[in-house]
Amino acid sequence: MNTILKNEIFRRFISIVFLILLWEIISKIIGDKIILPSPNDVGESIKYHALNDLFHHVSITLVRVFIAFFLAMVIGSAIGILMGRRKKLDDYLDGWLILALNVPALVTIILCFIWFGLNEVAAVLAVAINKIPTVTVILREGTKAIDERLVQVGKLYNKSRFEIIKDIIVPQLFPYFISAARSGLALIWKIVLVVELLGRSNGVGFKINEFFSMFDTTSILAYTLVFVLIIMSIEWLLVKPTEKKLTEWRL
Amino acid sequence: MNGFKITINKKVFSLKNERKEGKILIFKDLEFTIKKGEFLSLFGPSGCGKTTLLNIISGLDKDYNGHIQPWSKTFQKVNKEDISRKYSFSNISYMFQNPRLFPWLSTIENIKYPIKKQRNADKIANDLLKKVGLEKYKNQYPNRLSGGMQRRVAMARAFAPNPNILLLDEPFISLDKKISNSLRKLLLQLWKRNKPIIIFVTHDLDEAIELADRILFLSNIPSTILLDYAINLKRPRNQDNKNFISLKRLLSSATKSKKK
Repeated sequence: MNTILKNEIFRRFISIVFLILLWEIISKIIGDKIILPSPNDVGESIKYHALNDLFHHVSITLVRVFIAFFLAMVIGSAIGILMGRRKKLDDYLDGWLILALNVPALVTIILCFIWFGLNEVAAVLAVAINKIPTVTVILREGTKAIDERLVQVGKLYNKSRFEIIKDIIVPQLFPYFISAARSGLALIWKIVLVVELLGRSNGVGFKINEFFSMFDTTSILAYTLVFVLIIMSIEWLLVKPTEKKLTEWRL
Repeated sequence: MNGFKITINKKVFSLKNERKEGKILIFKDLEFTIKKGEFLSLFGPSGCGKTTLLNIISGLDKDYNGHIQPWSKTFQKVNKEDISRKYSFSNISYMFQNPRLFPWLSTIENIKYPIKKQRNADKIANDLLKKVGLEKYKNQYPNRLSGGMQRRVAMARAFAPNPNILLLDEPFISLDKKISNSLRKLLLQLWKRNKPIIIFVTHDLDEAIELADRILFLSNIPSTILLDYAINLKRPRNQDNKNFISLKRLLSSATKSKKK
């Protein structure tokens, strides 16, 4: 038994099995589907919804997540890098940034719907605006930590500004991009659900609201589980391997 | 590159401290010339502006009053454009005190960096890698190399663009004697291939005498030239040789008496 426990994968596996078992036991004790359905109920529910419109709504939500994510990363990084490089700009914008960081997600969402109407652009924009300030803060810190002595090497060998950014600045920012991407993905999909609940007629958030009105806890958990698994596989199959590849030079 | 003349009328270094803001005069009316293919050593106490001087010559530091003139038959005519725009050399290389390798590039990619766009970059880089004896570490990242190996990679990178002028800022500091000896031999070997102008900063007199054609002794700040001495010993120079030792004695007493 001890030798098996030494295997990392096995430890991770057993911890998941334990969680499902715990869920099963608690749901048995409670014995009420509306409060906590059993893992088996949720499994059956996933099967049922999969045959209906589960993947339609999941894919709609995923598209929104990715567009908002992409927008937030590009705009947030650009502003963050500029603020990190230019002290004066940082002085001007720092107050705005703190303000933006503290506006509740719900307020941004509602304002976007009021200003731009209950449409797709407003929905995606609202999510992106929520995420931009955090990306900006992370990339600003990263840019401030750039080793100027390495930039000088590029200048010495007459490299253009573009080459210096591409070959010397961006590699130093990789860890910060990854960190922003990771926290971004987790945050964005949660906000997307709120947006869908408030102002869209499709997507996972819309469906969850629908199930809520029917007190269908089983279906809520089924949808949630599927979506969490998808986001987790993006982390494992995309973010982690990219991170490993881009930062293998670190000791 | 046929040599050049550098004139620094005034160079001020601003200190930025939490409490004080001060200015230190580093150079005032410093001027010297360098000939084609010359190995010049800059020798002086720490803090006398040796690194600042290299940064000015390299073009990384343009904040000074003065000018650099490339060699012409006479240095009489000062080209006004050179003064206002700060002349910068087109093919200059610099081996910094800290190796300054890119940690995300492998050894060979680091060496190739200055000449990435050239068609024969691979060949040149591989050749230099062999010269510094690190073929086995071709694809290693710098963080996994020892301090001495990192300096060797930095030296290879500095020679990669086949520079007209090569600046070295105490490149062998804080290495053990055996390694720094072998690196000095390597430097002379590489220098002899195309004989760039070398400006080698050190505060080790043995090192200066062993390597240089000529030594400039700098004073404390504001820095001036105490002594400009041409070394006529034959290479290879051995630090235990009689002539070497007597020259060293002569130079250290000469510069000491000048300081007073």
